[in-house]
Amino acid sequence: MFVRNILSAIIISLAPISMASTALAAGGDTPPIPTQDWSFSGAFGTYDKAALQRGYKIYREVCASCHSMKYVRFRNLDALGYSQDQIKAIAAQYSVMDGPDEEGEMFERAAIPSDAFISPFPNENAAKSANGGAYPPDLSLITKARANGSNYVHALLTGYKDNLPHGQILSDGQYWNTYFPGNKLAMAPPLSDGSVSYEDDNTLETLDQYAKDISHFLTWAADPYMEERKRTGFKVLLFLILFAGVMYGVKRRIWSDLH
Amino acid sequence: MANKSREKFDNNVVEWVDSRLPIFTMMQKEYGVFPTPRNFNWFWNFGAIAMFMLITMIVTGIVLAMHYTADTKLAFDSVERIMRDVNGGWLVRYIHMNGASFFFIAVYIHIFRGMYYGSYKGPRELLWILGVVIFLLMMATAFIGYVLPWGQMSLWGATVITNLFSAIPFVGESIVTLLWGGFAIDNPTLTRFFALHFLLPFVILAVVMLHVWALHVTGSNNPLGLEPKSKKDTLPFHPYYTSKDFFGMIIFIIFYAVFIFYMPDSLGHPDNYIPANPLVTPPHIVPEWYFLPFYAILRAVTFNMNIYMLAGIAALALFMVEFIWRHKPKYLSVPIGGVLFILGGALALFGLLADINQDWEIPFSAATAAPVSAKLGGVMAMFGSIGLLVILPWLDNHPIRSARFRPLFRISIIIFTISVFILGYAGSQAADKVYFMEFNNTMLAQIFTGFYFLFFFVILPLLSRFEKGRELPKSIHQAVLSKKQGA
Repeated sequence: MFVRNILSAIIISLAPISMASTALAAGGDTPPIPTQDWSFSGAFGTYDKAALQRGYKIYREVCASCHSMKYVRFRNLDALGYSQDQIKAIAAQYSVMDGPDEEGEMFERAAIPSDAFISPFPNENAAKSANGGAYPPDLSLITKARANGSNYVHALLTGYKDNLPHGQILSDGQYWNTYFPGNKLAMAPPLSDGSVSYEDDNTLETLDQYAKDISHFLTWAADPYMEERKRTGFKVLLFLILFAGVMYGVKRRIWSDLH
Repeated sequence: MANKSREKFDNNVVEWVDSRLPIFTMMQKEYGVFPTPRNFNWFWNFGAIAMFMLITMIVTGIVLAMHYTADTKLAFDSVERIMRDVNGGWLVRYIHMNGASFFFIAVYIHIFRGMYYGSYKGPRELLWILGVVIFLLMMATAFIGYVLPWGQMSLWGATVITNLFSAIPFVGESIVTLLWGGFAIDNPTLTRFFALHFLLPFVILAVVMLHVWALHVTGSNNPLGLEPKSKKDTLPFHPYYTSKDFFGMIIFIIFYAVFIFYMPDSLGHPDNYIPANPLVTPPHIVPEWYFLPFYAILRAVTFNMNIYMLAGIAALALFMVEFIWRHKPKYLSVPIGGVLFILGGALALFGLLADINQDWEIPFSAATAAPVSAKLGGVMAMFGSIGLLVILPWLDNHPIRSARFRPLFRISIIIFTISVFILGYAGSQAADKVYFMEFNNTMLAQIFTGFYFLFFFVILPLLSRFEKGRELPKSIHQAVLSKKQGA
């Protein structure tokens, strides 16, 4: 489609600016982060619902034991393709502290779709003390909060090395990661081949696939309106380009008696 | 009064209003038939574009303020709430966030145009100075606005910038306490920044009105830098420039929209999506891109200024004023000028060497004895680099306005513009980054900071004094017509 080509040309011509700014933010002594092939990249990219569901499963079964995602609510899961009943059922597996009730007592109840994802620890200090002093960051925005976030999460999860470079020593509770700034990461390798079982048999249960799926899910969590944003952008640019054409004609016409 | 020269409107309602408050007459005069030079190029679109951006920022800003919570515990969450739960909130915030950058893009091009075509020269000096005031207010507003989401760069950018004021002698510490509303950056800082961020755009709007008023007294400059002499040199603003401005604005908005919809976070720093944490300092604290050249100038001054350097610079400045800027020296004779020049240069160089070699036993050269510390020097250089724009009309007093007819000035300002970009790059990199051998980023910033000031204080006065310039066309319409026949 012609208009799409124009749009892509504009976007590609501006891309170096965005890359330059991410390059700025990177730095350190880590190698460049490998770029993965994402369904959501590009001007018309969309999320892959199956990948999002797999990613959510990994988050629920692995990441959620340490990492909160407090900005995401159960009702947001409809973007992953779950029905309202499924979302209610997922939420109901969790309990939240609510209250005070009429007697002034706090009480526990099952979570409902409007509740946010349940955090594994009541506060930051509890999270730190359970994790050897390191705070597992909230993951709701992690792909926006790291330069080149989607690729970074994938690289980090697949970047653990057992063989340290010569002369490097790790203290207790540290793990060597090629892509972590400073390389010494307090998070143990959370995923390995076969550690999460997928419901559909066609998807490989490998570390690389897990890392892609969780990163896909976290990208959605950080940027849930991406698809709507790109769709709106397409319409807005289409309108603006047509309008610019009309205005150019108007301008030419008005100025023609001078030329 | 003005009403006497008023022409009647056909529409009864318009006429009723206009005879009581001649607002339609004013609009007709200032934006309808307003005589505008006929030879504007596309650079002249950016004033209108900047106005559009200011209004966009105010409108989206007010909507954001309805949902934002100025409290250190809630600010970050409230911004995420806007992004996720407020209808269309992500769009409004992305328009505002990227709007700051595009406002600066428009204004930087607008400033470049003013410099290249000599728009700051008489009789438009006050128009230019009001523009500098707007630029300063914009910088303050943008800096404060970046603090509001209360991410890591908000907090640490605010820490770096507010701490600068502590370099000011005697009152610095009190100013910092006043900015913070306490003894550290905390909730009182955020609440006052929010109040100021709401207030300042309206102050900008008021100064923009003065800027436009001043513009409509002197009329616009143009690419030839000639004053319109007859009706043939001008066109009515409407419909010629309304149509041209409108078209240019849409092209600008296309680029703006690409960022809003396809790369909305590319101009910001990822760290600002991490909630502010006073206990964790980011590895590189970088301001927003539009501050980078000035940030480089701030960091370039790594040396103290002892009294030898200050005395040397003062002597050189006196020489420049007497022998270059004034076309005939007023107070000094030529031999004294020569002595002043040699002595001043030697003193400044000696002071710098004494500062670098701290083991030289020379009175008043120790860091403790330096009247201007490196920190104060950096702050003075940074604010000075913007403040000197106020006196630009007097630094460059060459009678020809447009760079088109001043080849040497043209080359100089192009090199100057490139050097500002290099300064911007230097500002984005770590100070100790090494390019080759011993040459690091601080030295890069120092060389181009030196050139920045050299351009304004030496090159411009020298060119005003010695550049002959090319022959000017007789009038605007003659130049336009001869160009057309030639083509």
